[in-house]
Amino acid sequence: MTLAEKILARASGRERVAPDQIVVARVDLALSHENADLVRKSFLEIGLARVWDPSKIVIVFDHRIPAESEKTATTHKAVREFVAAQGIEHFYDVGRGGICHQVLPENGHVRPGMVLVGTDSHTTTHGAFGAFATGIGATEMAGVWAEGALWFKVPSTLRIEVEGEFRPWVSAKDLILYIIGRLGADGADYRAVEFDGPAIRRMTVASRMVLANLAMEMGAKVAFTPVDEILLDYLRPRVPEKLEMIAPDADACYERVIRVDAGEDILEPQIACPHAVDHVQPLSALGEVPVEQAVLGSCTNGRLEDLEVAAYIVTGRAVHPRTRLVVIPASQQIYREAMRLGYLETLVAAGAIVDPPGCGPCVGVHQGILAAGETCVSSTNRNFLGRMGSKDSLVYLASPAVVAASAIAGKLAHPGSIVKEGFPCLTEV
Amino acid sequence: MPDGSLKLRGRVRAVLGDNIDTDMIYPGRYLNITDREKTAEHLFELAYPELRASLEAGDIIVAGRNFGCGSSREQAAAALKFAGVGAVIAGSFARIFFRNAINLGLPAVVAPQASLACVAGDELELDLVAGEIRNVTEGRVVEAAALDPRAVELIAAGGLIPYLKRKYAA
Repeated sequence: MTLAEKILARASGRERVAPDQIVVARVDLALSHENADLVRKSFLEIGLARVWDPSKIVIVFDHRIPAESEKTATTHKAVREFVAAQGIEHFYDVGRGGICHQVLPENGHVRPGMVLVGTDSHTTTHGAFGAFATGIGATEMAGVWAEGALWFKVPSTLRIEVEGEFRPWVSAKDLILYIIGRLGADGADYRAVEFDGPAIRRMTVASRMVLANLAMEMGAKVAFTPVDEILLDYLRPRVPEKLEMIAPDADACYERVIRVDAGEDILEPQIACPHAVDHVQPLSALGEVPVEQAVLGSCTNGRLEDLEVAAYIVTGRAVHPRTRLVVIPASQQIYREAMRLGYLETLVAAGAIVDPPGCGPCVGVHQGILAAGETCVSSTNRNFLGRMGSKDSLVYLASPAVVAASAIAGKLAHPGSIVKEGFPCLTEV
Repeated sequence: MPDGSLKLRGRVRAVLGDNIDTDMIYPGRYLNITDREKTAEHLFELAYPELRASLEAGDIIVAGRNFGCGSSREQAAAALKFAGVGAVIAGSFARIFFRNAINLGLPAVVAPQASLACVAGDELELDLVAGEIRNVTEGRVVEAAALDPRAVELIAAGGLIPYLKRKYAA
């Protein structure tokens, strides 16, 4: 069986499962952010007094923090009251957490083999920890809060094997944008994805999270990277429970195996052009693209290694006069680490503004909204029409290194055009 | 059209393309609206404001592949439902949107050729259980997938919440 099949078989109490079979699986962890307010309303409509297990629900405020309006403040308050009334054990309020997909692993909530559902599409990120992790809607989550279980159609699995050495300034973000460009926005729809191969096994946990996170943008239901020693080293100090090594069976059956040579196939940084994540072009094909804003952050690329590479590039330089550089550490922990290591000092000295750990402008609410006619280069995960503000603005998705380089150049730029030496440890452990 | 009906009739209000994403259906800036009925005010606000203005109760939206890709925001399905859309027919649906639609009792029907076989203004008859679409205006049948029995049960109940309410009241 594939990883997805193995986890669903166990969670549904079966020996084996096969693609297209419908199973009811027990849920090990149920994640929500601000939309917990919608879940709460649906849950109360069902008429039950108590949630199924207050120790298995995690709520993290990240989309609108601190509250940007009275309306949001009111929903925040309603969720806090519900959390207290139900005794929900894991609640990360403003200033205590950050982006939910960073907060969960950082605080030891995720481990290999678990079934995790979240009312956020990028819940696939937790496949980097060997979890069967997928996004659901708020009403469906109300059902999970009631019953602790959910039906799934067992997905077939695409296996993506990556070998070769990354070229200078090519990162996990470039790899996954390249793959999405090749497979299309629905290239993995309804499917599980297993990323593996020597180039993946050398990656840091943070870089693996980029792959699992963005696999959603080609429709994946879940996306895994390998459970190996690098991952267990990350998990051991954080997770109190016993950790298990899980892997697909040697005779697992795949719908399709896709091979990528990171060095041969990806010659330079990749850019997702407006208004679709699968409109991917190599940077050099785009010509002169001036940018008014550069955003470094999000559940895709707001981690320490992302801030590190950006700080490296902007050291001793200044953000271009026409450009605003918005930096958003993915969590409070990353924020503190980046302060301690001097990355934020460097970025701010160059002219960056730092938003509080959260989703920032990625959902188009606050903290860096675009006007009509403006262009943004962003390390986030979506560039849909109007995603970050005006419907007449443009968002180009890129790696943290390209975002930093572009902020300095005032236009889309290759990091190698700003910094002569390559960055020593991009994506690799 | 009453909630829970498994046979529908309606007029195609628009035929949209592939990859209609959740930000086009319902912009992220309105995600703090958690009264489902109120979400309808912002349906297609950035992408197709004129379509929102022209919608009439029971209208059908037809689209190409991967309708509803992107965010898990349930407001996308809710806005369609409460703006009066009777059903969405698409070549394929992104998985979270599909589940959201069914859970809210909004019929979502997979019909690979629908965007080629219908034009705005066509009158359609849908049989959700049989998986049949009749284009009454053109006088032809459009091939469609039958809804999974689980989905039929939820649509018939008016959505997941009424379904669970009944289950726990019993």
